[in-house]
Amino acid sequence: MQVQTTVSGRVLTARLSGEIDHNTAPRIREAIDDAVSAWGPTTLRLDFRDVSFMDSSGVGLVMGRYRNAKLHGCDTQVANLSRRYETIMRMSGLTKIVSFVSDRSEVKEHEKNQ
Amino acid sequence: MKKINEFRMTVDAKSVNESFCRAVCAAFSAQADPGVEAVGDVKTAVSEAVTNCIVHAYAEKGGKIYLSAALYENGIIKITVRDRGCGIPDVRRAMEPLYTTKGDDRSGLGFSVMQTFSDKLTVRSKPGRGTTVVIEKMIRGAADV
Repeated sequence: MQVQTTVSGRVLTARLSGEIDHNTAPRIREAIDDAVSAWGPTTLRLDFRDVSFMDSSGVGLVMGRYRNAKLHGCDTQVANLSRRYETIMRMSGLTKIVSFVSDRSEVKEHEKNQ
Repeated sequence: MKKINEFRMTVDAKSVNESFCRAVCAAFSAQADPGVEAVGDVKTAVSEAVTNCIVHAYAEKGGKIYLSAALYENGIIKITVRDRGCGIPDVRRAMEPLYTTKGDDRSGLGFSVMQTFSDKLTVRSKPGRGTTVVIEKMIRGAADV
């Protein structure tokens, strides 16, 4: 599992690759939270394009990152989910708090309840 | 329903074994010539069941996970994940979406995900004795669309 972070303006992109489960999630969490603290972005974009496996630990990971980012005044976007990962994410009602985006189309959904 | 093959194994309840257990089940499934989607469903459900043993049954203190699977003539795989951990006092409640007894980035979706990605899910539990989860799925002929 790898996390590659890049910054463009005030957008921090964390590109995740490999498998996300209860075993790998803590390291991913730490890498993302460290980058948010270091860069102080206004948008955190979690890119799932290269994720080869994800179970519900991925939902916990996104929920936790949303909460942490919010503390830093930062919004969270989830990008490039496969159909399977999106099914799992949607079970949690996460769409109410984070936007799901795809590089191929513009923001697919943004049901923000502020 | 005739059983055509089975395996059984015991692994330590360590989170590093989550990927091992789902890889074993995926490899065992392969003989039924399932599609990529069906294998993905099996891996996801197994990962949730094994993680529950580690996080809940044994509360990250370790123990043994008993994993077995049987493949039937009609293309159904039946995977059993058993532990001798703390057990679940109220199975119905534990299976409610988003219900979790742990904070710390746990989504409370484990059983919901298992239900979504299996055809039939059976959970038997006795407090103080342990939990048995049986995941059933038709995998043969589940060609990708």
